[in-house]
Amino acid sequence: MTINEAQDQIVDEFALFDDWSDKYEYIIDLGKKLPPLDDRHKKEENKIKGCQSTVWLHAEPKDDHLLFEADSEAVIVKGLASLLIRVLSDHSPEEIARANLSFIDRIGMGQHLAQTRSNGLASMVKQMKLYALAYQAKMSKP
Amino acid sequence: MLTAVQPTPGNLTADRLPKGEDLAFDVDKVRADFPILDQTIHGKPLVYFDNAATTQKPMAVIRALSSYYETINANIHRGIHTLAEKATAEYEATRETVRQFIHASLTEEVIFTRGTTEGINLVASTYGRQHVTRGGEVIISTMEHHSNIVPWQMLCEEKGATLRVMPIDENGDIVFEEYEKLLSEKTQFVAVVHVSNSLGTINPVKRIIAKAHEYGVKVLVDGAQAAAHLDVDVRDLDADFYVFSSHKLYGPTGIGILYGKKALLEAMPPYQGGGEMIKEVSFEKTTYNELPYKFEAGTPNIADTIALKTAIEYVTRLGKARVARHENELLRHATEALTEIPGLRIVGTAREKISVASFVIEGIHPQDIGIILDTQGVAVRTGHHCTQPLMKRFGLPGTTRASFAMYNTKEEINRLVTGLHKVLKMLS
Repeated sequence: MTINEAQDQIVDEFALFDDWSDKYEYIIDLGKKLPPLDDRHKKEENKIKGCQSTVWLHAEPKDDHLLFEADSEAVIVKGLASLLIRVLSDHSPEEIARANLSFIDRIGMGQHLAQTRSNGLASMVKQMKLYALAYQAKMSKP
Repeated sequence: MLTAVQPTPGNLTADRLPKGEDLAFDVDKVRADFPILDQTIHGKPLVYFDNAATTQKPMAVIRALSSYYETINANIHRGIHTLAEKATAEYEATRETVRQFIHASLTEEVIFTRGTTEGINLVASTYGRQHVTRGGEVIISTMEHHSNIVPWQMLCEEKGATLRVMPIDENGDIVFEEYEKLLSEKTQFVAVVHVSNSLGTINPVKRIIAKAHEYGVKVLVDGAQAAAHLDVDVRDLDADFYVFSSHKLYGPTGIGILYGKKALLEAMPPYQGGGEMIKEVSFEKTTYNELPYKFEAGTPNIADTIALKTAIEYVTRLGKARVARHENELLRHATEALTEIPGLRIVGTAREKISVASFVIEGIHPQDIGIILDTQGVAVRTGHHCTQPLMKRFGLPGTTRASFAMYNTKEEINRLVTGLHKVLKMLS
């Protein structure tokens, strides 16, 4: 599935919900289901700055793709991380760096969450793209 | 002024009201003065419990702001024309209103700042730089806001002095005996918060000041959270410096107060250079203006200062004792109702408290609580509340804080409780 296909799928899923409570119920569910990050990846350099809760984001190359894993002490942030992973994980660094994450606005999260620095959604996106750029640079070296 | 469990007499209880004064507090009438409260968030009526961060503004304050720009806007103090004179008179009238509000002796002891943070920085950069020296010590408390930690830390670093910290107990009260032990001939300054923003604790600042004065040490009181809730009397406290902000007192943002004893202010060097603060300028030498203008360089925040007067008049007219009584009832109701929630623990059960209920719920992160409550239309604050060392003291990443103001109601607290039950249902 391409990044945009995954985004469209999420938008369709969220279209089923009437209000924010239902949306969050779903996000909480995703958060609870996200596999916990291995303790060895919960290191300082994997911590995302600018969040009210601690968020860890781990990136690992697999063939020419990049895999993401994340964890947080707060369930909603974990659920949001789960959505980002679903969209961005297991794609090439070029695709990740280029991705236009329109689903955040389309499911209403942009307006609801991304404005404040406390929730970490914007920071997570930024960090995932930084990882992608770093791997891109690394792989383009002779 | 409540413990978490039982009410205790504070400094602003009903019995302090003049005899025969009506204690009735018409909260519906007060609410009607705050237009912002009349709205829905995610389809539910707004419950605003983030008052310790900033209070909402009554219509009178909003009108004072626009009226200033509509009728008398002019730069103050040196204009020869009528508008400048009118603006100057209004601006200086606020200074006198503030003087009365905090029971200071002299109008020139009231300095306008941008807010509490600037007031603290001003004192640290002027009085602090003059009096804190290598090997000296500055004492603060565990429950300080970052803005009453960092300026002193920077000063100590610059001077080679040491920052010492008054410990607090499990309830969130300063351990006074430990403070006494910290005081010595090395102590050069004490800076302490009047009321904790995270816990609601009312500190015994009068005793803290008296003890410091025994060592000839001056004291700054951070009154950001006190000004809207307590009757602040800087002379009774014998505070050397007292700082607070307008925006937590139903007034506009961007304007605050530094009170300082005249003799201290006079001996202090200016904080910033520029217009207004000078008497005469030549390229060889500048002589500084007299108090309070020495500390007010540049064109000040005229409109907000003028509207602050309206805010103070609004609070004064309602009667601080009457408001405090209402807020104490809210705190009592909230404390009882919150304690019923499974797994919830109140953080901050000091002997005397203002209307702040900080809490944690076992197994649920404060951020999740805050987000779900917002979907219910309930605005609270979550996180460390800019008091990271205090959170560390309690071993918490943060808390959820509901802070109540004059316009809040018991029904709104019930909405918070319902919201928390929803949080439990969704998250546990």
